Amino acid sequence: MSYLADVRALARKDLLLELRARDTLPAMLLFVVAVFVVFHFSLPARSSDVAAGGLLWVAIIFTALLGLGRAFVPEREQRVLDALVLAPCDRSAIWLAKALATLTFLVLAELVAVPVFALFFHGLSAAAIVAIVLADLGICAVGTFLGAMAVATRARDLLLPLLFLPLAIPIVIGGVGASVVSSPGRYLGFLGLYDLMFALVCWASFEYVVTE
Amino acid sequence: MTPGRAQLGTVGRLHHISLPALAAASLVLVTAALALVFFVAPNDQFLGFSQRIFYFHVSIAFTAYLSFGLGAWKALLHLWKRDPNADLESYVAIHQGVIFGVLVLVTGSIWAKYSWGHWWLWSENQLVLFLVLFLFYAAYFMLRFSVDDGPQRANLCAVYALFGVVLIPVSFLAIRLAQNFIHPIVFTRHGANFGGWMLVTYFVTQAAVLMLAYTLYRVELAGKRLDARLRRLRESYA
Repeated sequence: MSYLADVRALARKDLLLELRARDTLPAMLLFVVAVFVVFHFSLPARSSDVAAGGLLWVAIIFTALLGLGRAFVPEREQRVLDALVLAPCDRSAIWLAKALATLTFLVLAELVAVPVFALFFHGLSAAAIVAIVLADLGICAVGTFLGAMAVATRARDLLLPLLFLPLAIPIVIGGVGASVVSSPGRYLGFLGLYDLMFALVCWASFEYVVTE
Repeated sequence: MTPGRAQLGTVGRLHHISLPALAAASLVLVTAALALVFFVAPNDQFLGFSQRIFYFHVSIAFTAYLSFGLGAWKALLHLWKRDPNADLESYVAIHQGVIFGVLVLVTGSIWAKYSWGHWWLWSENQLVLFLVLFLFYAAYFMLRFSVDDGPQRANLCAVYALFGVVLIPVSFLAIRLAQNFIHPIVFTRHGANFGGWMLVTYFVTQAAVLMLAYTLYRVELAGKRLDARLRRLRESYA
């Protein structure tokens, strides 16, 4: 399975880079905790727990955006992308590896963020946790793809949130729905469907983002 | 004619109709539609005169969806068949879709005000969907204008346009799902018996808006092609 070997090698490169430079994950962790503190003060005393649960999703989206914005920065600064495109591997492997690396950072950030959220606000239901995992998949699949698009433009960092947020609205709806209703099955199913559809589109069309 | 366009059948034949003929047809149809909407269609039993905006609102919304669909189809032709015209056509179709999308928001807002007393209703699925699509396609322009003209721009825009056709059904579903926890109260539209002159008026208005949209699409395409040719000429003489 040379495809999987390519993906593993590429993802390993990103994780190794992060392990040595440590410039993405600490920023995401600090950001998400700071956001929670901001949320605490933006919720008046008698607002319900449900409001805080909704804000958790805002925090997840923006924290992910922070990581996604960094995802292709090394490729851009060192001009690695040109070399990767020349390398004899399927181009979609570049996307898949980057999405997996970003997913790792996001999950690691959430491993801290969710307990902190529970400490500051309230605990989360099992359905909400499953929804977060499913949402992470969609966020990283779509976000990495759009990140690769954004680095090809002049606007770069400015463009990614603009491209990403309209596509993240369904994720927020699915996630918040799964966290607040009593029978979350439909919302989890929806998140799964979102992941599947967008992952397929990204996988099939990534080649056109990095080639001419 | 490129092979991709030949496959389109009827739409392919539309390309041969001259612009003045299209403009004349639009004029006739729009006049007929206005006459029907304001003078022939009966007043709605519950919503009265203001319900007439429905004819425009729904026709424009349908046209906007078609424009986005056409934009995505042309994007696919660009990526798949490498049709040299497809990039520009995709851009013009999406541009058209955004203009009609804004009109959907405006007419929907007016309708909401006169029917329910609010300029904006989160319970109106169509309006919310168009807001999401507006944000999505507005970002398309940001993307397009921050990349230099060339094959890469065409590719990026085409891929993003294809995302749009996935986003439309996904968002539609999501907004339907959101109703369950965001807005438990759904305004019921009084199901007036929709027949006779109402139906005729709707179909004529729909045809008029479609014809107008297609004419505008062709006009803009002609203008943009002229621009491109002029630029090439200038470069070759410089």
